[in-house]
Amino acid sequence: MPTEAERLATEPGPETAKPTTYLEAIRDAMSEEMRRDPSVFLIGEDIGVYGGAFKVTKGMIDEFGPRRVIDTPLAEAGFTGAAIGAAMMGMRPVVEYQFSDFISCAFDQITNFAAKTHYRLGTAVPIVFRAPAGGGIHGGPFHSQNPECYFIPTAGLKIVAPATAHDAKGLLKAAIRDNNPVLYLEHKYLYRRVKEVLSTDDYIVPIGLAVLRTTGSRLTVLTYGAMVHTCLEALEHVPDAEDVEVIDLRTLVPLDRNTICDSVRKTGKVLIVHEASRTGGFSGELTAVINEEVFEYLDGPVRRVTAPDIPVPYSPPLEEYYKVDSGRVATAMNELLAY
Amino acid sequence: MLNEAKGTARPRPFPDLLRRMLYFMSLQREVEDRIVSLYRQGKIVGGVYTGRGQEAIGVGYALPLVEHDVVFPCHRDLGAFLIKGMTVERIFAQYLGRVGGPTRGRDANLHMGDLDIGIGSFISHMADTVPVAAGVALSFQLRNQPNVAVCATGDGATSRGDWHEGLNLAAVLSLPVVYVCVNNLYAYSTPIERQMAVSTVAERASGYGMPVVRVDGNDVEAVHEAASQAIERARAGDGPSFIEGFTYRMTGHSAADDTSYVPPEMLEEGKARDPLDAFVRRLQERGMLDGNELVQLQESVKDAVETGLKRALESPYPESADAAGGVYAD
Repeated sequence: MPTEAERLATEPGPETAKPTTYLEAIRDAMSEEMRRDPSVFLIGEDIGVYGGAFKVTKGMIDEFGPRRVIDTPLAEAGFTGAAIGAAMMGMRPVVEYQFSDFISCAFDQITNFAAKTHYRLGTAVPIVFRAPAGGGIHGGPFHSQNPECYFIPTAGLKIVAPATAHDAKGLLKAAIRDNNPVLYLEHKYLYRRVKEVLSTDDYIVPIGLAVLRTTGSRLTVLTYGAMVHTCLEALEHVPDAEDVEVIDLRTLVPLDRNTICDSVRKTGKVLIVHEASRTGGFSGELTAVINEEVFEYLDGPVRRVTAPDIPVPYSPPLEEYYKVDSGRVATAMNELLAY
Repeated sequence: MLNEAKGTARPRPFPDLLRRMLYFMSLQREVEDRIVSLYRQGKIVGGVYTGRGQEAIGVGYALPLVEHDVVFPCHRDLGAFLIKGMTVERIFAQYLGRVGGPTRGRDANLHMGDLDIGIGSFISHMADTVPVAAGVALSFQLRNQPNVAVCATGDGATSRGDWHEGLNLAAVLSLPVVYVCVNNLYAYSTPIERQMAVSTVAERASGYGMPVVRVDGNDVEAVHEAASQAIERARAGDGPSFIEGFTYRMTGHSAADDTSYVPPEMLEEGKARDPLDAFVRRLQERGMLDGNELVQLQESVKDAVETGLKRALESPYPESADAAGGVYAD
């Protein structure tokens, strides 16, 4: 499988000259889908006139009007439930939470109503929950969380976490077209920090497919979201970097087991890196999958680098303690390569 | 905006409407009596929650609805299901865990719906349906579709945040939705005075900027009148309304609940005000229903129950492996 850079270099089709940021890619995905499909609409707090807490929806109310870019009262359960009801009637709402931290207020609606409706009644709930996740912006305990593990065990939800502008756009378009509830974890640290020239084709990134960011034969690194960039940075401090295969999972549910297992069969060693805290983190599930499916190929223990089991603190030195940085990842990579 | 409904101020509804009221209240009673028997016999293995004594509310608010309107009945409003076209057979199959039920055995009791016939589903998390029904109404508004959503909950649900968030959202967005509270004075064992420090649910609803009305929930015509006005208002694009029907729960919370915590005199009062008996008496007093007609109606109800139950029992149990299907839509 080609690396992202190779794919971008070889992909045919016209290209825009100007790089698109991760944030703009999200906006473009929504705008294109809204132009394509009149059943798509946006709902959330401060998304219309103000353009959203992060300005992701800036200008969209001008093009699509207040009926399709709906500002709501401060009530996550309320507007989430309303979006679910509209989705059950065949609309395709895209719900914005100002910060993924606030999705907990809508937890019941998402896990009990949206996720279980198709199983119980056969009624599809085509809905996207956009949750700006992650830290590194001095947001403190309530503006920095990574909530994926509250949702991963809930059957009926799909969960994606793009790392690049290309994937941010393609996964969001796929999520909007999907007939299931999709939790779309957009990493707020990446909004304006990553950008690339995107194809102007109407492409999607299929839900459920991981991608290799680098290829290598001695160590598999499993990661997603902003940690993809942290892992790639870490390679600069790894003498045997060419032996490291960094897999960007992109979709957490349903998990691309094939890509993971194929890589582990080749490398025999695994490092899992995620920004969320440790206990009950996704690394535990990934480790179990590897044990169940490719244990006999392992040449060492599956290791993980994660945040500690603490809330996300505010003050810069405290946040440094919390954050997974490229130095810690490089150390783990070097130790596993030497194991 | 808090008004007492005036059930007698308008011209009388047509007798056919009254017949339908009586038929569906009677059918609910008969189906639920049979469900309780099946439960006592061990043939229904899950929870059973009946609406005995409060049939007038679900029947009253569902009869004014038209095709493509969507109703979210509460877990005791079997009459509303029947009126919107959920068959007796499917209801029994649901309780019996058979393939013929609307959830194919995946969920129990009145946790069911079928949007093809305009029925959304209640879930155990009381009041979740309140914002969801607002969303159904939002879809009507966005599509310029002249339809209305109706959503009922019990009094306990009005303590939950989702109830308040849903009412507020519906009012702010001026959505075509009607909210109904079936206030039967108890949420499981919790009496209304432990549920709220105000004396009526209407007082809670009054804070949200929509017309609020209290009606005698044991008077099916009064409920129907209030619901008709609210539904017409919503359909005309004038936004949501709230109706509190006050009633009694003539049974326990579930069929496993002995109601030992309810003062006996309250149970007696509820029984004395049985809405089905009261409606039959009223029709007889008006000369609209003679003994023959009543017997005929009761027989047609019994037939519907026997036929529906027989067919439901013929419906197979799902295959075990079907448990793994349908988690995701294609």
